[in-house]
Amino acid sequence: MEFIFKKISSLSAAFILVLLTAVFIVLFLYAKPAIKKYGLHFIIDPRWDVSVPIKEKTPTKTNNIKSQKNKNNNIEVSDADVLAALGITNTNAKTETIYGGLVPLVGTILSTLIAMLFAVPIAMGIAIFLSEISPPLINKPVGIAIELLAAIPSIIYGMWGLFYFGPFISHIFGGSSVSLLVAGLVLGIMIIPFMASLTRDSMNTTPNILKESAYAMGATKFEVIKDIIFPYARKGIIGSIILALGRALGETMAVAFVIGGVFTFPKKITDPTVSIPVVLANNFAESSGMSLSALFYLALILFILSFIIIFSAKFYFLKNKN
Amino acid sequence: MRLIINKIILILSTLAAILGLVFLFWILITLTIKGFASVNLYIFTHDLIDNGLRNLLIGQFILAFIAVLIGVPLGMIAGIYLQEYSFNNKFATFIRNLSDVMMSAPSIVIGTFVYAIMVNPIGHLNGWAGAIALGIMMLPIVVRTTDDMLGLVPKELREAGVAIGAPKYKVIFNIIIKAAKVGIMTGLLLAFARIIGETAPLLFTSGNSQYFTLNLNHEFPSLTVAIYNLATMPDKHLVDIAWAGAFVLTLFVLIINLLGRYIVKEKK
Repeated sequence: MEFIFKKISSLSAAFILVLLTAVFIVLFLYAKPAIKKYGLHFIIDPRWDVSVPIKEKTPTKTNNIKSQKNKNNNIEVSDADVLAALGITNTNAKTETIYGGLVPLVGTILSTLIAMLFAVPIAMGIAIFLSEISPPLINKPVGIAIELLAAIPSIIYGMWGLFYFGPFISHIFGGSSVSLLVAGLVLGIMIIPFMASLTRDSMNTTPNILKESAYAMGATKFEVIKDIIFPYARKGIIGSIILALGRALGETMAVAFVIGGVFTFPKKITDPTVSIPVVLANNFAESSGMSLSALFYLALILFILSFIIIFSAKFYFLKNKN
Repeated sequence: MRLIINKIILILSTLAAILGLVFLFWILITLTIKGFASVNLYIFTHDLIDNGLRNLLIGQFILAFIAVLIGVPLGMIAGIYLQEYSFNNKFATFIRNLSDVMMSAPSIVIGTFVYAIMVNPIGHLNGWAGAIALGIMMLPIVVRTTDDMLGLVPKELREAGVAIGAPKYKVIFNIIIKAAKVGIMTGLLLAFARIIGETAPLLFTSGNSQYFTLNLNHEFPSLTVAIYNLATMPDKHLVDIAWAGAFVLTLFVLIINLLGRYIVKEKK
């Protein structure tokens, strides 16, 4: 009995590894046709769902039929087959549809960047306020409010952004009420509570005796924060910023309402664009064949990006423990 | 000069805190006003096809509940392994890290994964896929909670159990889990609150349905997906239903969180 339970428990721990590996492999397999077709060029190609004439010699119809017979031994032709099956090339074999991920990739990075620029100072301010400035009477309700707000589902932030915050921002900065700027700011507002409460927790780990010694030397509050608390809690604070970054990067619902969902580069910050999670959310249901594969390619890129970011955060936290 | 800088920074921090709170209260207040205006008895007794929320609320609960049935046992046993059986070896550290990575994996990517394994082979959206996607989302949270809470149980309790000759699994189930019960329950409650508000993993796994159904083999009604669809409709009445749904969802999530907080406080 003991032996069985021990085995089961170690198997379920290993299941996490299996699951994560499976996610990676499955995404890769589904993305494979797109990876094969576009390669790494995918991430610098700004065209999405654009028909272009095929540059290289297109296989004639007889070739096509021939190659279909050789389907099993010849993988190269399967792309043409997929396109043909999709009905994209059935009338005119001279064009093909190109999928490139640059626009959503740039949209993801820019919106995350705006979110971080907006959220980090405010979250730090809130953390400093909660851990050093506020009297105990205010401290507790504000702290609880911040933590509760971190629990609100992201779709609520998105909906609020669409109906209230977007029009408000476009009123001030001009431009559309769905834009890169609005998306970045809504993302920022969404991660503020998360970042603030994690940062406050790590700032609170600073031993009182260190702070008191500094105050005894005549240091001001700001000097204590800058020279004692920040250096002491540095790793925890950076870790919480990176975790918030990872959350902003993969966020779908808060952004889907307010980014616009159009495949163009934003010329101004108030222009609409699109991000990887939003592309997935909007286009997945209607896709098949190569476009579906391209979407899986995007999902894979997003997964790898967030994997790298979270792992670097873990690296920092781990270093902190040693 | 130092004192002036000090003053400036302190004022800036306070302003940042106020600004943050302003945004957050803005959200809550609009939600309450919009929600109160649209919530009435009618929407709780009718399905989406008749402009109500009943099938959506029940559907969302069923999805989250099945996710709990999947995520909790698996996650708890894995957490028990990490804390009780692994002796903190390299494998355990590795799994802990992976679990944390998985916790922060974009939820939409989990959705694409489940689409690939559950929807694409079957050929149509189905409720099981949605529940499994939510279960996968929940798993790492449960692992982390169980691991952390069992770690708080004093060593002496384990030693006492072993000293009376109980096998380890009995010590774990009858002593350690009982000692950590409140903490684990709170963690599970918060994990439930987190997944019940998820939208992205459901979009193309279980989708949404306008009708009342308990059949998980087909498209399944979901409150969050419905909110997403309705909020962008041109019809103002449908948008109001979305607000009502958003209000009910937020209220529910906040109440669970407060409840979790209250339980922890009671314990102390």
